[in-house]
Amino acid sequence: MDRTVIGLVGFARALRHSGMACGPSRVQAFLDAAEEVGLDERDSLYWAGRLTLCSDPDDIPRYDTAFGCWFGHDPMPSPQDGHAVPRPARIAALTSASGESDEGAEPLSAAASEAEVLRRRDFAELGTAEREHLRRLLAVLRPDPPQRPALRRAPSRRGQMDARATLRELLRTAGEPLRLPRRSRARRPRRVVLLIDVSGSMAPYADSLLRFAHVVVRRSPASTEVFTLGTRMTRVSRQLRQRDPEQALDAAARAVPDFSGGTRLGETLRAFLDRWGQRGVARGAVVVLFSDGWERGDVSVLAEQMRRLRRLTRSVIWANPHAGHEGYEPVQSGIVAAMPHVDGMVAGHSLRALEEIWARVLDR
Amino acid sequence: MADDALGMKSPADVAAALDATGYLPDDGIATAAFLSMRMRRPLLCEGEPGTGKTALAQALASALDVELIRLQCHEGIDAAQALYDWDFPRQLLHLRTLEAASGGSLDPDAAESSLYTSRFLLARPLLRALREAPCVLLVDEIDRADDEFEAFLLEVLSEYSVSIPEYGVVRAAEPPIVVLTSNRTREVHDALKRRCLYHWLEHPGLEREVAILRRRLPGLDERLAEQVAAAVQRMRQLELLKPPGVAEALDWAQSLLALGKDELDTEVAASTLGAVLKYREDAERVRAAWE
Repeated sequence: MDRTVIGLVGFARALRHSGMACGPSRVQAFLDAAEEVGLDERDSLYWAGRLTLCSDPDDIPRYDTAFGCWFGHDPMPSPQDGHAVPRPARIAALTSASGESDEGAEPLSAAASEAEVLRRRDFAELGTAEREHLRRLLAVLRPDPPQRPALRRAPSRRGQMDARATLRELLRTAGEPLRLPRRSRARRPRRVVLLIDVSGSMAPYADSLLRFAHVVVRRSPASTEVFTLGTRMTRVSRQLRQRDPEQALDAAARAVPDFSGGTRLGETLRAFLDRWGQRGVARGAVVVLFSDGWERGDVSVLAEQMRRLRRLTRSVIWANPHAGHEGYEPVQSGIVAAMPHVDGMVAGHSLRALEEIWARVLDR
Repeated sequence: MADDALGMKSPADVAAALDATGYLPDDGIATAAFLSMRMRRPLLCEGEPGTGKTALAQALASALDVELIRLQCHEGIDAAQALYDWDFPRQLLHLRTLEAASGGSLDPDAAESSLYTSRFLLARPLLRALREAPCVLLVDEIDRADDEFEAFLLEVLSEYSVSIPEYGVVRAAEPPIVVLTSNRTREVHDALKRRCLYHWLEHPGLEREVAILRRRLPGLDERLAEQVAAAVQRMRQLELLKPPGVAEALDWAQSLLALGKDELDTEVAASTLGAVLKYREDAERVRAAWE
């Protein structure tokens, strides 16, 4: 039996190495379950492990592979397959000193950039030192989430009488109603969904926008969701919940497989709506879509998905970095297709623009 | 525990008992239900809508011949709606009666203690489940509740007891069988997941879907069942906004039965499509695929 236990624990450890979160309590549950169903049948053991060690549909393929290898029948995977999750290299857009002009070499000009000037500067034109400064400015932003009326009621000076509290009050004062406690609709944070286009044409903005997203997520983790769009859709809310901005951005970068790739905005938007939006994440939310609208895919798909998004949400704000530039005309095919389905097109190229976006979000 | 008394010694026993109620489980579901009863752990079911998460709890209750107590979660649900509340109007009436009867010499302590008795305690689903175990407690759509509620639920489910300040501690004589369902509109907290067994339900394969249709609708002809199941399976391959679940397949077959049809041709399908597809866009896509 001891050897069996070692074998089962070893299997759980192998799973942990492949990135699944199976801590000691799950391993214990696995051992208990294995004892209940017996070890004679491979199928029973499979289910005992899957029910106790997995906690997410994404875990299941990984579990299947590991189970096949550990308990035989399936051939050992080749070395490449062994590291099933490729670690993408650190992405240029997310590291501080890359991909931009050599402005940082002029310390004087960098030092001279006052905060107010910096606020209005286009993210794409910032030098290294300015970027550093911008990071600090972003870190002190305190974007409060927008609010909606809650179902539940809370003590308040106005509103309907609070029966429960009144009874307590009556007991204390021997039946004399000295004060009638009241309660009214509480306020709850309204969900905010940030969709960030991380395709090649948005590369100069991705870092700043993700940092902004981090600030918003940290401020109200439960009511904010962040997804990146490019050739694929990735949810990064979880990664961005970490306190430290550098670690959070690093984790987000590792999660996103398609930085600076192409754009299939319509397709990825559909993936977002199918997997998350329609289920509830976008329902009644304020959605801010950061994108320049360079659509390589079919524009009619984008139009259809934008219509769908609009119907699900409270409002859709399109933040387009180019909209902040002088003489900008919304002529890109993607933007033309999406325009009828957004509540507003705003610039999203500078800190000042982000603050304005947030003012509009609160307005909803 | 009830499972021993009912002879549930293996997942196969559970499968047979569920089968007898008209719920056709696969190996995964049977093992999940078996382990949840034996290990006394809540079972968290996730999966596409219409794969039979809620139906599993109902089938378990009828297989074990115990009561099903259902807690439907929603945004803003709180302990008073889930656990217990005091019947305030009756308490007040009681207090007034005592006052009138005593002729002005009411003993406040005695009056207060007479107010907080089980007479005035309104048991909501969780408290009822603790009191009436053995039973099946279905916590439906936990992903719709708020984070705070999940933490609260975790506390109740790990102790199987609650303490009501004015009343005392209510402890379940034996833990109820708990099934939680989630549609993944939001991620369920890790702490709650850790406490539960986790089962991800897939749409059934063709063969099992035919068997389910035939089991649930005894009047359904084998060929029609196969046609409906095959059509629904094909629809799931298309990129639909809302792919049909088993529940929709059942609705469809039932509406065909009601119309007295014994074959599914394009014409019949087109006129009854509303039973399976709930979006205009989906119906258009399916019609386009037919042509």
